[in-house]
Amino acid sequence: MKLKVIGALFFFPAILIYSCGEQDINFKRYYTTGNVVYTNKCQNCHGSDGQGLSALIPSLTDTVFLHKNKSLLPCFIKYGLKGKILIIGKKAYDGDMPPVDLSPIEIAEVLTYVGNSFGNNMGLISQEEVQKDLEKCRY
Amino acid sequence: MKKLIGALAILILASACKFNTQNDNALPIYGNRTPVPKTVDGKTVTDTIYQTIPDFKTVNQYGDSITSKNLDGKIYVADFFFTSCPSICPVMHRNMLNVYEAYKNDKNVTIISYTIDPKHDSVNVLKHYADKLGITGNTWWLLQGKKEEIFKLSESYLVRKPEEDAKQLFIHDGYFILVDKQKRIRGTYDGTVPDQVNHLIADIKTLKAEPDQQ
Repeated sequence: MKLKVIGALFFFPAILIYSCGEQDINFKRYYTTGNVVYTNKCQNCHGSDGQGLSALIPSLTDTVFLHKNKSLLPCFIKYGLKGKILIIGKKAYDGDMPPVDLSPIEIAEVLTYVGNSFGNNMGLISQEEVQKDLEKCRY
Repeated sequence: MKKLIGALAILILASACKFNTQNDNALPIYGNRTPVPKTVDGKTVTDTIYQTIPDFKTVNQYGDSITSKNLDGKIYVADFFFTSCPSICPVMHRNMLNVYEAYKNDKNVTIISYTIDPKHDSVNVLKHYADKLGITGNTWWLLQGKKEEIFKLSESYLVRKPEEDAKQLFIHDGYFILVDKQKRIRGTYDGTVPDQVNHLIADIKTLKAEPDQQ
């Protein structure tokens, strides 16, 4: 009995540490690859610090906007934006965003990167989540 | 004796350094040059004619007609872009904004951006772009001209001649060209690299200090 309790006492935290570690590693993997995707596909327009360009290209630092539109973000990336007015960081943007041809995993990675850089703190945005959101895109 | 040689070596090295810095205050002049012999007071001297930017005709974002005459007596920075450019143009103009901020109150310095997509980039489109970019006044002109003429003109600026491309619409390079009051090219800078653009901002100041740029 004593042995079982002691065993459980050791075993339980071990599981916790293990699962936490896995999530952490997953996050890091997403974030690091997302950084590369961002540099190659997003940075020219949105800037190395997500600062955008005046009122032409929105910044990626509006945490409230990102949270509010979280499920639409994969659609914005995959299908681009045309003739839509968005208020981001208190400025109105009506320009077009070209579609970016990325796989769901790449979209998840780049969103995890953006969502946890430039002052944002959204945690992991998984491939499964992105896939679900993509099915609901209205295009 | 060894010490003496050492001291001598240091002296020579130091003077070599000094010799090299003497030309630092003048920017180089780029492009082809043609020597022209002429006779002054019975003696033959050689004059050098430098490559200059030829005349051009365009319209700016306000609908005003702009020719090379409007740049007479100005130091200017030129680049080639188009408003719907998905690749390097946003980077270029993010950096060009720094040049604009540095010289927007200086009447001697102008920035011009030629569009290489005049079919899409009408005066209205250019004005909208300028407003959104946050530029006002006459420091920075966005210029629309005839496509063939602008493409041809780009060769005089020593930049890669733009090409049309199915995917990217146009292929072009992102260089900023510094032109002096005599319309000679005095510097070329990669407009996508912030460090090089800082260099350009410093070089404009150097250029302005040259006697024939006053």
